[in-house]
Amino acid sequence: MPPAIAIAGLTKRYDAGANSVLAVNEIDLEVAEGELFGLLGPNGAGKSTTIGICTTRVMPTAGRVRVAEIDVVADPPRARAEMGVVTQFRALDRSLTCWENLYYHARYFGMGAAAARARAGELLEQFRLADRARTLPDRLSGGMAQRLQIARAVCHRPRVLFLDEPTAGLDPQSRIAVWDLVRELRAGGMTVLLTTHYIEEAERLCDRVAIIDHGRILICDTPAQLKRQAGAGVVMHLRVARAAPELAERLRALAGVSGVEPIEQGFRVFAADRDGLAPAAAAAAQDFGLEDIALAEPSLETVFIRLTGRELRE
Amino acid sequence: MTPAARPLPKPAPQHPRARALAAFWGLVLRDTRVLRRELVPFVVRTVMNPLFFVFIFTDVMPKIGQGFAATGTNANFATVLVPGLVAIAVLFQGIMAVTLPLSIELSGTHEIEDRLMAPLPVSWVAFEKIFFSVFQCILAAIVVFPMVYFIPATPVYVHVANGWLLAVVIVLSGVASGALGLALGTIVKPQQISLIFAVLLTPIIFLGCVYYPWALLAPVRWLQVLSLANPLVYVSEGLRMALTPRVPHMPAWAFLSALVISAAGFSAWGIAGFKKRVGS
Ligand SMILES: Nc1ncnc2c1ncn2[C@@H]1O[C@H](COP(=O)(O)OP(=O)(O)O)[C@@H](O)[C@H]1O
Ligand SMILES: [Mg+2]
Repeated sequence: MPPAIAIAGLTKRYDAGANSVLAVNEIDLEVAEGELFGLLGPNGAGKSTTIGICTTRVMPTAGRVRVAEIDVVADPPRARAEMGVVTQFRALDRSLTCWENLYYHARYFGMGAAAARARAGELLEQFRLADRARTLPDRLSGGMAQRLQIARAVCHRPRVLFLDEPTAGLDPQSRIAVWDLVRELRAGGMTVLLTTHYIEEAERLCDRVAIIDHGRILICDTPAQLKRQAGAGVVMHLRVARAAPELAERLRALAGVSGVEPIEQGFRVFAADRDGLAPAAAAAAQDFGLEDIALAEPSLETVFIRLTGRELRE
Repeated sequence: MTPAARPLPKPAPQHPRARALAAFWGLVLRDTRVLRRELVPFVVRTVMNPLFFVFIFTDVMPKIGQGFAATGTNANFATVLVPGLVAIAVLFQGIMAVTLPLSIELSGTHEIEDRLMAPLPVSWVAFEKIFFSVFQCILAAIVVFPMVYFIPATPVYVHVANGWLLAVVIVLSGVASGALGLALGTIVKPQQISLIFAVLLTPIIFLGCVYYPWALLAPVRWLQVLSLANPLVYVSEGLRMALTPRVPHMPAWAFLSALVISAAGFSAWGIAGFKKRVGS
């Protein structure tokens, strides 16, 4: 079975006069049919550019993308017929009501009047927007607008759905509502590629996650596998009055420790597991004016820190 | 750890041209819906200027003894104005209908994204804007005509000898103005629109042979030559021949070829500009 999305050697360089930006740097990626795949990375990592290329809106500098087995550069209209997209701009048609946003979208994709009317009504029900049929998009809350965007993106029953930061800027309740919708669509057999800079979203929602930074994919696997692979069972933040190199040496010598990095006023310690780690570190740091020890639960955040030496927050 | 692959039934293969035409038709339906919703503002916008212009210059002024006589012709000013004011309505409509919404859609709201994701080439999306503006131009002409015909106090001599000529002139003018509107919409920011109207449209309108036939400019030779660069001149002169053939006008080959060249040139410019703006 060929993959629903196949990205090979994808590169995008934006040329803005003298300074050019390498937004995407030789990305390879395959997303299987029916998979819910997450692209996790900080702002400016190249997520939107990657989605832009996959959805025919941005021309790649090099490489190839096939969506539903169609080359997106060679035949953009045909590729667009197989995909739905929600861009990071909340871009509903503001001259049309909610119902009309769906109805005319269906017409763009060749549905007849009766079929489009039925589909628009059905989607408003499914996305719990039936009472907003005649509302203009400007009057919707953020969560409702996002639901309508997703409804519109799947209106023509695409095989592949692209969601660029689908929950950015939403309140927690709306975020969960969007997650539920995405899970429902996946259960219905749709392939979903979403981008996010929320650890929790990637971890809880996605079948597989690729971590992207500076236009490169650092690692790609299931969330559970990622946490194991990166050797980052646990991350400890140690704050001391005197962050001396000797302390780093002592920490590095502790059992199970796989890495030590300097941070502001202390060190970040990566270890295989937490058993006995904190007491041992506390003892080691005794002579250096120990101020604080914090252990982070193993998460994709710790994986990201391990891979980039930075935290993922924007 | 990949979930069980669930093959979906492949949709029946569709001919690319048929798919694109269906999408194009969808865009036309969408624009029709929006126009219907904004019909009142559309009519008001189209009507106000010619209404007051005709009322003052061809009704009030003659009654208070201040009427113009379009010297050198056997036609009165009201008759000269008929094609002129219809021409302004057509040109203005094409530009207004495309430039303003496009400029806003491209710069802030990204509203056009959904139409760009429709399964048709991007150049067709641009062309649809021109296509639809032709309808709006025809509508504007239909709305304006009765006013310039019925309001004047002096008799107006209108004679449509050749309906085909009228149709061709209006359609070509609509394409040219919609395409110019498209080109402007891709390069002008919404904040600059009123400036563009002042700097560009004011001279185009006043020097567009709206208030006098081009032939009568002979005494001001430099202006007569310069006017040839103004696309509105050919719209006015074309409508002059189609609606009021007794008033002096350019030969058909002259305005028709100029209109074809403007329509083609502005279309190429506008579609190229559109493709450049939406892709990267
Ligand atoms: N149209 C553009 N022109 C020039 N540079 C761009 C453009 N779009 C994005 N970039 C740059 O490319 C990089 C990746 O951006 P983007 O793909 O938007 O990242 P993300 O979506 O992960 O935040 C950033 O450095 C950004 O500034
Ligand atoms: Mg982005």
